[in-house]
Amino acid sequence: MIPANFDYLRVDSVEGALNALQEHGDEAKLIAGGHSLLPLMKFRLSAPAYLVDINRLDELKYVKDEDGQLIIGALTRHCDIESNSLIKENAGLLASATHHVGDPQVRHRGTIGGAIAHGDPASDIPSALLALNATVVVMGPNGTREISIDDFFVGFLETDLKEDEMLTQIKVPSVPDAKWSFQKFNRRAQDWAIVGASVLVNNGQSGVSLVNMHSTPFRATAVEDAIAGGADAQEASEQAAIGTEPTSDINASVEYRKHLARVLIKRGLKEAGL
Amino acid sequence: MEITLNINGVEQSHDVEPRTLLVQFIREDAGLTGTNIGCDTSSCGACTVHLNGESIKSCTVLAAQVDGMQVTTIEGLAQTDGTLHPMQQAFHECHALQCGYCTPGMVMACVSLVEENQNLTESEVREGLEGNLCRCTGYHNIVKAVLEVSEA
Ligand SMILES: Cc1cc2nc3c(=O)[nH]c(=O)nc-3n(C[C@H](O)[C@H](O)[C@H](O)COP(=O)(O)OP(=O)(O)OC[C@H]3O[C@@H](n4cnc5c(N)ncnc54)[C@H](O)[C@@H]3O)c2cc1C
Ligand code: FES
Ligand code: FES
Repeated sequence: MIPANFDYLRVDSVEGALNALQEHGDEAKLIAGGHSLLPLMKFRLSAPAYLVDINRLDELKYVKDEDGQLIIGALTRHCDIESNSLIKENAGLLASATHHVGDPQVRHRGTIGGAIAHGDPASDIPSALLALNATVVVMGPNGTREISIDDFFVGFLETDLKEDEMLTQIKVPSVPDAKWSFQKFNRRAQDWAIVGASVLVNNGQSGVSLVNMHSTPFRATAVEDAIAGGADAQEASEQAAIGTEPTSDINASVEYRKHLARVLIKRGLKEAGL
Repeated sequence: MEITLNINGVEQSHDVEPRTLLVQFIREDAGLTGTNIGCDTSSCGACTVHLNGESIKSCTVLAAQVDGMQVTTIEGLAQTDGTLHPMQQAFHECHALQCGYCTPGMVMACVSLVEENQNLTESEVREGLEGNLCRCTGYHNIVKAVLEVSEA
């Protein structure tokens, strides 16, 4: 399968990428690892006229520790995140969720920025970032803005990113003492989650979120509220499906997905010591 | 557009459309047909090659994205005198292939896996090969071959 024809533009700076986006508007798409975009283009579900290749922006490939926060460049690849010691020690949940993405080949190419910007509710990484209360940094023609991860996902494959903006950085609070768990239910090792869950418990505060249970990556507020009210893992997990609107497909019905959400969150909460 | 890749140590320049996939460039322009296409949807791993030493699925990368980089395919593993790479030798000795369709991609994935972790356990090998499907062997002898190389 071959994608529809396009003009290929390679940029070597954030400025170059922003200029290309401004010039070509909604006819242009950025390509990072290409592991979400190219499959869509091969199926002709996406056919941008211009492809702006940001792979060589080495300035956006980094993991740093800054004042109790981890700062991650948008083009950092999954393989460099799952193996990074700063992330493993201070945001282990993100390392674990990233390790569950696809297979080694996929993780050698895919980037954290692409995984978030794609806005896929079935993606593992946004769920970890919700539980960790991350912030997304975006650059556009008018400068930089920061968006809470809770406000970033607005619909199915739809984010708060504007046509002329690009994601440059992810900020993740360091939580070295937190207990956490990433749960993924799928049929074969390499598959996407039928349902997944991220659980993080830190100083009595919890972050709980679900993969593939809604049109967007989903924060399980009802579970978080129950925990804040003193509920144990069993009681809190009973709230897991509240507010979700999962789809029914070849792998699972709506009811089965809701059941999985409760089971996975219970397992996660227990693993996180609740 | 003109794309130049260093494939198995040889510079290959070809004028191709921007939409050319890396696997097409390798098979059709460079004429190296050892790399197979199975699913064409990044699931089966038959098209696995190394990009700057790391395993990737060449059906899901544009040749343009990797212009100027180093690619190794199955043809580039053995020495010029025909001596097999240790992983190829281990596949041979452990009977890690039957029809052979998955083998080029499987061997490339296995070499990358061992390069990243020299002390693999059996379950790490099985997990590390999650991106490569084999319809024949049941994986058992493939896992044996990888363990043989990683323990060597
Ligand atoms: C076989 C296979 C299995 C997979 N399995 C999983 C899985 O189990 N779990 C999982 O979570 N994911 C999975 N993925 C998806 C993988 O994680 C992708 O790498 C990721 O979703 C997209 O990252 P990318 O860098 O490849 O983005 P691309 O495909 O390059 O881009 C995706 C979208 O984001 C936009 N974009 C990219 N970077 C930026 C940026 N910096 N600023 C603004 N917009 C940007 C692009 O324009 C495009 O619309 C799988 C992919 C494959 C091919
Ligand atoms: S052909 Fe590339 S993964 Fe199957
Ligand atoms: S040997 Fe036949 S597919 Fe693996």
